[in-house]
Amino acid sequence: MNTPPVIATRGLAKRYGSFAAVTDMNLSVPSGTISGFLGPNGAGKSTTIRMLLGMVRPSGGTATVLGFRVDDPRESLEIRRRVGYAGEDKRLYDYMTAAQIIRFTRSFFPGWRLDLERRLLSDFRLPLDRRIKKFSKGMRTQLALLLAICRGGELLILDEPTEGLDPIMAERLLEVLVGLAADGTAIFFSSHQIAEVEQIAEHVFIIDGGRLLVDGSLESMREEYRRVDLVFDTAVPDDIRTGLAVPGVERVSVSGRTARLFVSRNVDHVVHRSRALHATAVDVLPIGLKDIFLESLKTARRTDALV
Amino acid sequence: MFTRPAPGSGVPIYLQLMQQVRHALETGALRAGDQLPGIRVLAEALVINANTVAKAYRELEHEGVLELRHGAGAFVAESTPHAVNTSLVAIVQPAVRELIDELASRGFAEAEIRRLVEAELARRFGVGTSLSRPTRNR
Repeated sequence: MNTPPVIATRGLAKRYGSFAAVTDMNLSVPSGTISGFLGPNGAGKSTTIRMLLGMVRPSGGTATVLGFRVDDPRESLEIRRRVGYAGEDKRLYDYMTAAQIIRFTRSFFPGWRLDLERRLLSDFRLPLDRRIKKFSKGMRTQLALLLAICRGGELLILDEPTEGLDPIMAERLLEVLVGLAADGTAIFFSSHQIAEVEQIAEHVFIIDGGRLLVDGSLESMREEYRRVDLVFDTAVPDDIRTGLAVPGVERVSVSGRTARLFVSRNVDHVVHRSRALHATAVDVLPIGLKDIFLESLKTARRTDALV
Repeated sequence: MFTRPAPGSGVPIYLQLMQQVRHALETGALRAGDQLPGIRVLAEALVINANTVAKAYRELEHEGVLELRHGAGAFVAESTPHAVNTSLVAIVQPAVRELIDELASRGFAEAEIRRLVEAELARRFGVGTSLSRPTRNR
């Protein structure tokens, strides 16, 4: 991919007093595809997104969205003009009806996707002439998503888009996102629903404690991440316990005569070395994003405890 | 014809799709000259990334299974390496089924059987490639 990233941050940071919400965040979100932004609650996902949209001022570092700098007021305005966004808070004009806010929003955007408006309205079955004030939480989410998606922007940033949607609606939404990305819209969405990220994202960022832990193409992660289970006749050799000095051995857990290695790359080398150390059984298993997520968090939190 | 890939299995989705196409050829569900669904259509139907579908089609073209015609779409190649394997598959499948039934009746759980099979595949085709690398018919 030669096109510049749609979102690029360098050392982006946000501190609230002594609390570091986001630390040294370096993101490069590719254009023309779907990227997932994963992390447990309080990991800094929303803070990062709000910095990108000029809603929170960074304490350090730089960031651009579609090439515009987030810390420049005029450029930040341009970002908000070009980027479709639906956040956690789902702020809408409560006194309007759904039909009114759709008509109102449509009037600002010449690239409004009438086709998607019709499709989402029939998927979501929103009561068009009811005031938003009387909407349920799920209906507000659906309306906010519709408004963000139909703007027809180059980039769509969604913060927990399926939160509050039932599984059928969530699936409909994912279908729409897949179609949008096929048309060339870049999509950056945060979630703690690992399964939905795994389903539609091409690129994944995993953060915890305000730090970026994993940044990679999901398909190559599926090809490279492995769990290696080893069994030895006698005690597990020290070389195994220390991770064989092979880059990519992220974590080793030993129990009796068995060792379990979590490997992010170089699995062939790990197996070769294990055989040389007379492992009597070597099992290599592919692992899904859920395990990659959990293992990365464990590894990071363990390292934190050591420093 | 296509089924939703299992995104959580740790096997790249494009490889799962390639496998589905090969399987469709082996069973005769797809034949030489047949057109495959468009990339965007299939991506929306399976709710997966369109670039993933595109990658599967490209790899299959590379293997000589598909022909990508500009503007027209993807077609099964006239001389696909996977065609007419139907009878062989029909012979082999019961043996595999029998083995799995045998193991299950001896109390092996699904995960254990899977592990055994994957370990043997890894031994035969190399480490870490058991499920993740296409095997080519020669």
